Amino acid sequence: MTINEIHEKLKAELGEAVGPLSDPKADPFCVVKADRIVDACRFLRATPGLELDFCEDLTAVDWPKRNVIEVVYHLYSYRHRHGIVLKVETDRTSPSVPSVEGVWKAANWMEREVYDLFGVAFPGHPDLRRVLLPDDWEGHPLRKDYQEGEGYHGVPNVRENPLVELRRLDQIRIAEQAKANPPAPAPAAPAAPAAPTAKA
Amino acid sequence: MEKLILRRVDRRNEEMILNFGPQHPSTHGVINFIVETDGEVLRKAIPDVGYLHRSIEKIGEMVGYPGFMPYTDRVDYLAAMFANEGYAIAVERLLKLQVPKRAQYLRAIACELNRIASHLVSIGSMAMDIGAVTPFPYALREREYINDLIEALCGARLTYNYLRIGGVAYDLPQGWRDRCLTFLDHFDSLLQEWDRLISFNEIYERRLGGVAVISREQAIDYGLVGPNLRASGVDWDLRRDAPYGAYADFKFDVPVGKGWAGVVGDCYDRYYVRVLEMFASAKIVRQALEKLPEGEIQVKVPKKPKPEAGETMGRVESARGELAYYVVSDGTDRAHRVRARTGSFLAMGIIEDISPGLMVADLVALIASLDVVAPEIDR
Amino acid sequence: MPVNYAPLPKRTPRWLVGLTWAIAVGLPVSLLVVLLVLLPITKPAMIDGFILHQLGHDPAVWPWRDLLAAAALVLIGAVVFGWGAVFGGVSTWLERKIAGRMQSRIGPNRAGAGGYLVWMADALKMLLKEDLVPAEADDLLFRAAPYFGLVGFLLTFVTLPFGEGIIVADLGVGAFFVTAITALVVVGILVAGWSSNSKWALFGGFRSAAQVISYEIPAGISLMVPVLMAGTLSMQGIIRAQGGAPWNWFVFRNPAAFVAFFIFFTSQLAEANRTPFDLPEAESELVAGYHSEYSGFRFGLFFLVEYGSLWVMSALAITLFFGGWQIPGFHADQWVAVRGTSPFPPPAWWGMQAASMAVFAAKTYTLVLVVLWIRWTLPRIRIDQMMNLCWKYLVPAAFACFLFTLLWQLLVSAVPRVELASGIALSLVALVLVALFLKQTRDNIYSVAGDRIDLSNW
Repeated sequence: MTINEIHEKLKAELGEAVGPLSDPKADPFCVVKADRIVDACRFLRATPGLELDFCEDLTAVDWPKRNVIEVVYHLYSYRHRHGIVLKVETDRTSPSVPSVEGVWKAANWMEREVYDLFGVAFPGHPDLRRVLLPDDWEGHPLRKDYQEGEGYHGVPNVRENPLVELRRLDQIRIAEQAKANPPAPAPAAPAAPAAPTAKA
Repeated sequence: MEKLILRRVDRRNEEMILNFGPQHPSTHGVINFIVETDGEVLRKAIPDVGYLHRSIEKIGEMVGYPGFMPYTDRVDYLAAMFANEGYAIAVERLLKLQVPKRAQYLRAIACELNRIASHLVSIGSMAMDIGAVTPFPYALREREYINDLIEALCGARLTYNYLRIGGVAYDLPQGWRDRCLTFLDHFDSLLQEWDRLISFNEIYERRLGGVAVISREQAIDYGLVGPNLRASGVDWDLRRDAPYGAYADFKFDVPVGKGWAGVVGDCYDRYYVRVLEMFASAKIVRQALEKLPEGEIQVKVPKKPKPEAGETMGRVESARGELAYYVVSDGTDRAHRVRARTGSFLAMGIIEDISPGLMVADLVALIASLDVVAPEIDR
Repeated sequence: MPVNYAPLPKRTPRWLVGLTWAIAVGLPVSLLVVLLVLLPITKPAMIDGFILHQLGHDPAVWPWRDLLAAAALVLIGAVVFGWGAVFGGVSTWLERKIAGRMQSRIGPNRAGAGGYLVWMADALKMLLKEDLVPAEADDLLFRAAPYFGLVGFLLTFVTLPFGEGIIVADLGVGAFFVTAITALVVVGILVAGWSSNSKWALFGGFRSAAQVISYEIPAGISLMVPVLMAGTLSMQGIIRAQGGAPWNWFVFRNPAAFVAFFIFFTSQLAEANRTPFDLPEAESELVAGYHSEYSGFRFGLFFLVEYGSLWVMSALAITLFFGGWQIPGFHADQWVAVRGTSPFPPPAWWGMQAASMAVFAAKTYTLVLVVLWIRWTLPRIRIDQMMNLCWKYLVPAAFACFLFTLLWQLLVSAVPRVELASGIALSLVALVLVALFLKQTRDNIYSVAGDRIDLSNW
């Protein structure tokens, strides 16, 4: 089945919640409303003829200009060898998309990663905690407006440029050496230059 | 912030909570497992990843399309050619480039050699985890030949940076083809030696057979890919079923788990599927070397490519399964989002649900059989 | 532009080669020679004779007689300890070299010619390492635990028959003594695991102790088979009941003994925590085993016990099943004849003793090589499979062998020829098996390496 046909079926089932298929020059996708995404996924998985049982990818893209975070679902079917790409747009300030973990277990860890790196909450997820970053990390790094903190548990995240540091250490070393071995007194003014005195 | 809440440990049954890792002597990398056990049988093994997180995806938004290629090596350093290729395919699709035939064949040759090398490390270290130390140096000995070949090809032994957007970086050096064919002739006899040494060893079969069975439905549901998926009985290989590059021109068989030592989908199947895949890859390299066409090795690409706004998914069948790059471009010369969806990340997800009831030694076998590498999980 | 490769290693200088050979051959041989010389002349009868004839005192009333006997025993103890320690060290080198060659690599080759001095370097390193006692550990028990194992290991040397007259003490209950004493190692393991104050060390210790205790049972029962055949528990007695030729060895004289040997050998492997039974300590790949908290010399003691047990394990198997020091063609009455009647034995006797020691050492060394070979070939068995093997397979099989031997001995006492027939038949079977094995090895090598066997890298 082509992606158009799958899209038709999905639109037939869910009506308004499913947007149109985007233009095919890039990979086509269709936007689904956040509150119906679980129904859409269940429909896509369970319907004979569709059976999109492989949740290939579940990730997010941050669009600060449009003020949305898109959660992207790449779905595929091994049996029928067709797939579709769904997107859910959610507000950047407090993003929240119902979890599809009940439809595919693969979504479990992938949603945790989206929560970890983008801050999208997934109500209905059984165990939503950070997966890649430490549990007490602040911020969500893959957002476009992420600012790094001052360091983590006392480990700074900036350091001096190594070349500058080496030069500074070199100068300290030279200064210490100079103090330890005072330079020899400057030689007496040289004797009259070898101006030939034999000018007489 | 949510924290990991562990169950109250049942002290009457002498249960304890331990950390397996993050340092442990196997090539799987820095991964930590929080294990609830009574010393023998696990109640649960919770993977705790992130020790190798290098924010590669964030870097992808900063360095521009050609500049990201060396970073893709580090997504999976044991099978770096595939990581390169996935990204290259995605960006080429965005830029609407047509890769020359010779470059596609060279990519296939390099990738299949890399698959053999990666599987050698995988099965060698799996045997070592089970206790038979000897097969590991044998596998590394064979891998040294491949390392030498690839070093002659692109100059590096581990993180190759061989592929470029639009083709490959270097052509075959003189005499490389004959060396490669010599190696392949030598390599074919390794299967017998390997099988005699370890694959059909009774102790090995007992340790792995019937352990941590992942059924077909579970494998698909949890999103396992690659040899893990095929070992559970799903006959799916991206090279054959959705061919990309030059793979449509090659004939090769795809081993699927048959339950050689017990149940379909157990650790032994995952191991033996990899063994058989290595030898199938050797056949592919032979065919590719025979049919190698002449031509360009790289299409001209602007220094700072600016693809149209859009997005695409570039998929390859890596040694660890389907490695997919989701690249979103917004019309500038820097990507808006680069995402690497790796097989090892989801293999971690299944460990928590498969582990109850396993013994501690079986957990080692399970992790080894899933062939996870930490850089793929953490990126 | 010239490329600076790392300089090739120079060939080992001649003096180092010479020194290494001197140590490699000289050290073990000299210890054995000292044992050869000391043990017969420190027997009570000889000491009394010495006191009477050489010193001119009456041994019964001389006040220093006991002191002399005790000093002699201390000296022997030190030499035996030295032998155990040296062999333990040498076997680490042997293991690493053999492991390297089996794995297509070289193994140690820097310390001394062929890397032979690496075991001395390791021993020195262990002495010099920091001596840690964990803060929460039970102080006294933590420090004492290795010595239990050491004592259990060393005391077995008391009844090991190195030669015809070369045994520290030919106890009338030798075989039983050995079985009882090796159980002391379990105490060491448990104490080490518990006093380390580490959860995983404790469980590792329990598991290891469970394994050792379980495998004592098939070991003990299969040990009864040669005891029944010899009619005595004494080690020298068991050897004297066998002969030098292969068909006179117990292992071939009785079909049940053939099976009992394998049961005994497997059980000894398990008791010494060798692969394929080393899960309790190789679980220390991921988590700790019972000696995880030990470092420096204390760890060295555990290590020494493990590698020295290779010798003890093999020596026991040789004694019980393979004829010990019996020299083919040299019978019991010839031993008596060569001894003569003089108070001090003649040189011919010393020569034959040395020959019997050489036979014993050669046989034991061969079996040690087999143990090392098994370690680097086989993977590990899981702990529940290990317990399964012991209780469900080895123990019933050992009992079956025991019962068969009872009936066999009755048969043999009625028809003595049966034993000789069985000996010859089973020796031939063994010979055929060895020939087939060598043929298979040759086929394996040819199938991989082409048409020649290449030893040029040796």
